[in-house]
Amino acid sequence: MTKGFRPVRGGVTIDLDADEVEVLRSMAALVLDLVEPPPERDEFESIVGIGTSSTPPEDPVLARLFPDAYSDDSASAGDFRRYTEDGLRRHKRENAQAIAAALPPRGGGRVTLDLGDAHAWLKALNDVRLVLGTRLGIEEETFEAYLRGEYSVPESEAVAMHVYDWLGGLQETLVQALFGAGSTGRR
Amino acid sequence: MTTAPVELERPETEEHVRPDLPWVTIVWNDPINLMSYVTYVFQAVFGYSKRKAHALMLDVHHKGRAVVSSGTREEMERDVSILHEYGLWATLQQDT
Repeated sequence: MTKGFRPVRGGVTIDLDADEVEVLRSMAALVLDLVEPPPERDEFESIVGIGTSSTPPEDPVLARLFPDAYSDDSASAGDFRRYTEDGLRRHKRENAQAIAAALPPRGGGRVTLDLGDAHAWLKALNDVRLVLGTRLGIEEETFEAYLRGEYSVPESEAVAMHVYDWLGGLQETLVQALFGAGSTGRR
Repeated sequence: MTTAPVELERPETEEHVRPDLPWVTIVWNDPINLMSYVTYVFQAVFGYSKRKAHALMLDVHHKGRAVVSSGTREEMERDVSILHEYGLWATLQQDT
């Protein structure tokens, strides 16, 4: 089992076994499935980057990935969404693709990321955790109880909960590795 | 004889905007984002010191929300946009 990320010159590195590689590959695919590419626009709209969506997604998972920017002003929230959601969609897809692209094609192995790719992984791992955590209805109290072994997860959710827990630990090592790499300068 | 109501002259969207009040970006607590990650994001996005970023993260965690930056509306829309890229639950509003 992986010991997680550690800082190296100019980036981070991690050793993954074959099962871990497959979990990460399927999680990246999950985000790519959920976050569909922005639909084709007419020429003018695509040049200026205006989308058509002005209402928050009904699916709670997508609503968490694409939240309203104004909590008290739905008209401004709609405008903001029209101008930014397509870009955010593209950004999240690129991050998930960065995970898929860096994984060994088969089996386990070492993955070394420069700081740019490490940030793409950081955001994509977080998106995966937002997807799983929202689907599982995670709350602070229940997750802490789960970690103490005092919360029994329904069998249908046991695998997702295990992956969610593992990804949290993995993301924690990536955050610490990035702190270690001294890469907190503005980006 | 009547006079046109002056209100019609005013663009509707400007009604409740007070130009003298600054805009703020707010981050809301959520049960999924790691505390270390939120601290890291505040440092990476705003260039805050680890101490300040950590204190802001704790504010979000304990009070449910915290103001993380302030400035013009356009600047705050940019900040919210970047925080959404990181998956933080961020909104902007005029300071009250």
